Formats: sequence, structure tokens, C-alpha cells
Amino acid sequence: MAALLEIEDLHVTFATGDGTVNAVNGVSFALEEGETLAIVGESGSGKSQTAYAAMGLLAANGRARGRVRYGGRDLLGLPQRELNRIRAKEIAMIFQDPMTSLNPYMRVSEQMAEVLTLHKGMSRREAVAESVRMLDLVRIPDAKARVHDYPHQFSGGMRQRIMIAMALLCRPKLLIADEPTTALDVTVQAQIMKLLGDIRAELGTAVILITHDLGVVAGFCDRTLVMYGGQIMEEGPTTLLFERPTHPYTLGLLSAVPRIDREDEMLLTIAGDPPDMSRLPPGCPFFPRCAYAVPGNETRRPPLVTLPDGRRRACNLSVEEILARREAMP
Amino acid sequence: MTVPAKASATAPAGPDRPILEVRDLRVTFAIRPRGAWPWTPWRSLRAVGGVSFDLHAGEALGIVGESGSGKSTLARAIIGTVPSEGRILFEGEDLSRLPPEARRMRRRDIQMIFQDPLAALNPRMTVGDIVAEPLTTHFPKTPRAEVRRRVAEALERVGLLPTMINRYPHEFSGGQCQRIGIARALILRPKLLLCDEPVSALDVSVQAQVVNLLRELRRDLGIAMLFIAHDLSVVRHVSDRILVMYLGRLMEIAPSREMVAHPRHPYTQALIASVPIPDPRREKARPRPVLEGELPSPLAPPSGCVFRTRCPKARPDCAAEVPPAFPVGPDHRAACLYWDEPTPLFAETPAGAA
Repeated sequence: MAALLEIEDLHVTFATGDGTVNAVNGVSFALEEGETLAIVGESGSGKSQTAYAAMGLLAANGRARGRVRYGGRDLLGLPQRELNRIRAKEIAMIFQDPMTSLNPYMRVSEQMAEVLTLHKGMSRREAVAESVRMLDLVRIPDAKARVHDYPHQFSGGMRQRIMIAMALLCRPKLLIADEPTTALDVTVQAQIMKLLGDIRAELGTAVILITHDLGVVAGFCDRTLVMYGGQIMEEGPTTLLFERPTHPYTLGLLSAVPRIDREDEMLLTIAGDPPDMSRLPPGCPFFPRCAYAVPGNETRRPPLVTLPDGRRRACNLSVEEILARREAMP
Repeated sequence: MTVPAKASATAPAGPDRPILEVRDLRVTFAIRPRGAWPWTPWRSLRAVGGVSFDLHAGEALGIVGESGSGKSTLARAIIGTVPSEGRILFEGEDLSRLPPEARRMRRRDIQMIFQDPLAALNPRMTVGDIVAEPLTTHFPKTPRAEVRRRVAEALERVGLLPTMINRYPHEFSGGQCQRIGIARALILRPKLLLCDEPVSALDVSVQAQVVNLLRELRRDLGIAMLFIAHDLSVVRHVSDRILVMYLGRLMEIAPSREMVAHPRHPYTQALIASVPIPDPRREKARPRPVLEGELPSPLAPPSGCVFRTRCPKARPDCAAEVPPAFPVGPDHRAACLYWDEPTPLFAETPAGAA
């Protein structure tokens, strides 16, 4: 099966007053049709900028290099007009804060219908009817009446639903969700994740979920890609990665998360702080914080290697070395 | 009202007496929409409605609730930055009845840590001055050498180097700023630390460091803590007991392990069932009961039990009266008339009997 989206050796840099920030440094991955992929990482890991670059949404001082193949074309070189035809229609995006994509001065009906009249050439009446259908799908109560309200008249969870409905209007093949539930309360988060799961099953949309929450990933994604310092540390089927992590960063991340179903005396932590993206270490970006780091490897940048079990990982030490040393750790 | 039978505010002062006794605490805000006409009547928003609990010396009590539950307002009322009704007894003394000067003296023993570590620190002060400020404010006659020694001690205590005193907050990462905030809170050697979402703004790896630090402080210094957070996994990890709030009211209070293993209030059950667990097999197999609807407006809270509009087992009499917090087990209270009946949806899905 051909990949829906293929990203190859993507680099993103930002020119700032303090020098060049290397946000993404050589990221490659492919996404199949209908697949769900999680991109996880902490702030500054480059997880969002990877998606923004692919969508042509970088800030004015940002530059992307590499290839982003979608439908046989490279999105990176595409003129704005052609990109606009793909965005919304083929690839849609939702954000953490729904008000970043909703216009506060426009009724929900107007902004939703606009998408359909523009991209699908529908009449206004048809477009509003379709919008109501989509709001019903995301379970906005009394959608027919409420479609004419303004965004501020809805609660945070409802706005998130409206944004999802709007993103799905043109039945895109790929939905990129950037921290869609981070600002929401946990019971509302459960509602939204269930909704995204139902919609995915119903429409067959592929989803890239960008998040820092490993719990949300566990329940939703087929595959998980772990980023640190703008690079892929480890990537593979979610169950495999969570149950048998082999990269020191994945190991550290999973043991640093407090779990409601567990009672630990102390959490295992990752020492130190995330790297300064304008002064990245010369070798592996995780080297200064790595509990398994071996002196002499400071400047060795590990390649991303595919293993027989279907995962990819970038580490200077072999899986056997890591696991053996993990056994020996307290 | 939710005053439980055991809430005897007249308990004699002594070693067994709780360090903090909160009785029927109520906070009401008068509000008007922005740009309202001068003759628009003020409306009252009850942020906290009749919450009672005890906190013992050296104990950590977690306060959990979603946005609008009143958990932060509760902390502000205890520290005295919002006016409240009811009683707040600190070491047996009613804080709300103390004259301002005496209250200020008492406040030395109660310190607070905030959510946004950078916003809580004055950007134009050096780290040394920031940490020293509570000491030089409350004890202006402290000799300079003593101040310097205490600052160094506080910084070391939270894992920072004493040589950092001449630097400014912006030179530090989020996790380090939170450590500076904790050092500042510790310098007066408080007996009670109020932590308002202290790790919510931090990344996972750094969050674990700060959570461990707070646990160490409790273990080594015996400081009592109110740990306010929306993340039940973190709260469970830090607290001996957990208090669950919804729309300004106490829903349930129990020892942490008991709360997670045997929640009795339908809201607590829904809350625990909604917390995602980083374990793909469990998470995908787990039936996810989703709480329908959203938080009602605090301006017009439902009559009787405030949770009844979203509760899967609500009955007509739930609307009649605010349910008291019934004792449902050892050290365990739940404010639900039907706590001993299984909840549809949640009955078969205990989240994590560890």
C-alpha cells in the first residue's frame, strides 16, 4: 500500500536575534491511509514544527528543507494557491486552542459554510445544512439552532468539537491534531478522544496526534514516534514501544510519568533540562541527560536504524547493551 | 450543610490536633459582565460552598477538581487573599478572626507555590533577593550574613547551587524557576505549604523531578501540604489523602489508595475512569465510560447535589437538598445519597486497584 504522506529528511530552522534555532533536524517518516500516528515529545522537541512545516504553516522567520510527499507531489515547493487546495480539502488541522481557528466575529454557520462554498462550490443553503450534519456528528446538542451562535457562546469543550467539525467538513484524508485536549479537563478530554476515535472509524481518516500525554497516545494511536531535540529517538508500533522501550529517552519518559494505577515511592527522573535548540549538542541531542551515555560518544550522532521487530531507533548503544544495563540499574 | 459530625472545632489544642481545620468554608464573588451598565445588578457567584476538612501536621492532602471546581479559590481563602466565610483554624487559631497584624505573623508559617514559575518571580530581582525576600520582609533585622546563609541553605535544599544567587529568573529553565519558587517558600521554615498546580506547566521529565522534590521535603522537613492539581495521577502520587471538589463543593475525601481503588461518589468514579493510563493494552481494552455534558454555570448551580445534572444515578430527591458528606469507610466521606448503590456505567470498571 502506498503511503499517504511521506516526510523525508525534514529540517526546520528559525532565524532569531540569538542565532539560528534548529527546531527539526532530519526527520523522516511515512503514514499509511487510515493510520493513526502519535508524535510525542516535550516542549521544544520539534513535534509541532514538523507538522507545521509539512502544512506550510511555519512562522515568517522559519524555513523548511527536505521533502513532504503527498499524493505524488512535494508540498514544500508548492505555491500558496495549490497548497490551499490541499489544505482543508485533503489535510486538515486542529489546534490546542480552538479560538486560534475560529473567527470570534463570525457566526459558526458563516465560517463553516464558507469552507464548503469555497472548496466544494456548494450553495449557502446546502453548506449550512451540511455544517449542521457535521455538528450533529461531533454531538453538539441542538446543532440546528446553535449553528447560528458565535464561538464565544460555546464552552471550551464545545468549541473543540466545532473546530473538529470544521476540519472534517471536506472529509479530509488526513487530520493533524496538535495537542487537541491539552487545555481541556480530563472528563472532557475523554469525550473528545472518544469522539475522534468514533470519527476515525466512521470516515477512515488518518490521524497524526501531536501530544506530550503518553496516556492519550496509549488509547488512540497505532504507531508512536518519540522526538527529542528535533530528532526521532525511537519509532514503532505503540504497544511494542510502550511495553518494550529500547531508547534511553523513551525509557526515561515512560518511567517519569506518574500513573493512577500505580503507587511508586519515587518517580524515576531524567536529570537536567531540555536542550537549548540554538546550541544543540554535536552528537545525540539526549547525550547530556542520558543515564546510559558512554564517554567518548559525545560527538557521535547515531543514525536512525530499522530493527527486525519493526521499530526504528537512533542510539549509539545497541538494544542488548541498553537492556543489560537497565537490568543492573536500581 | 456539609459539616460532618466529627468536625468538632472545640477540640483541645494538643499534639493530635490537626494543624489546619477548615469548617464550612464559603467564598462568594460579586460579579458583573464586562461593560455592564451601572444599574446592572451584581450577581453572586459561589466559588466555594461549605467545604470542611482537616489537615494534620506533616500530612499531604491533594485537592482535585476540574476548572471551576473552586480548588484554587479554596487555597486563596486559606492564605487570606480572598475574603471568605466559615472558619479556618491554623493550629487552633481562627485565622479569619485575627487582627491583620497577628494574621500577618501567622502567615509566616503558611507559604504558597504557584503554577506559572516564571510569572511568580520578579524578573528584575536576582534569585538571591527573590529567595531572601520573605525573610527580610518578616524579619527585617536579620543580619546580612545570616540571610546569605539561609538563602544558600534553601537553594541547596531544592537542588540549586548557592552560586546562582546573582542571576535573574529568565536565565533559568521552567523547572529551575519552580525550584526557586519552592526555595522562596521554604526560607521561613513554614509548617504548611499550599501548592497550586505546581507541576502543571512543566514537561514530563522535569515534572517528575519537582514531584520527587516535594515528596522529599515532606519526608525530611515534615511540612504539611495542600497539593492542588487537576491531574489525578500526580495528586495520587504526592498525597496521603485526596479531596475531590465539583462546582465549589466537596464530593468525596479519602486516603489516596482507598480513593483510587474504591471511589464511592459517582463523580470521583467518572473522574478516575477518565484518566488515561500509558499502557496501550489496558487503555484499549478498558471500556471508557464518558461523563456526558459539561460543568453547569456556577452562577446558576443545580439545586441540591450540584453533580446531579450529569450523574448517571441521579433521582428526584437529589434535587431537594445538598447531600451531607456521609462516612462511607474508615477516614472516608462521600457526599452522595446513594453512595452504597453501584453506579451504572462505572460499577464494573475500577480504574486501578493497585
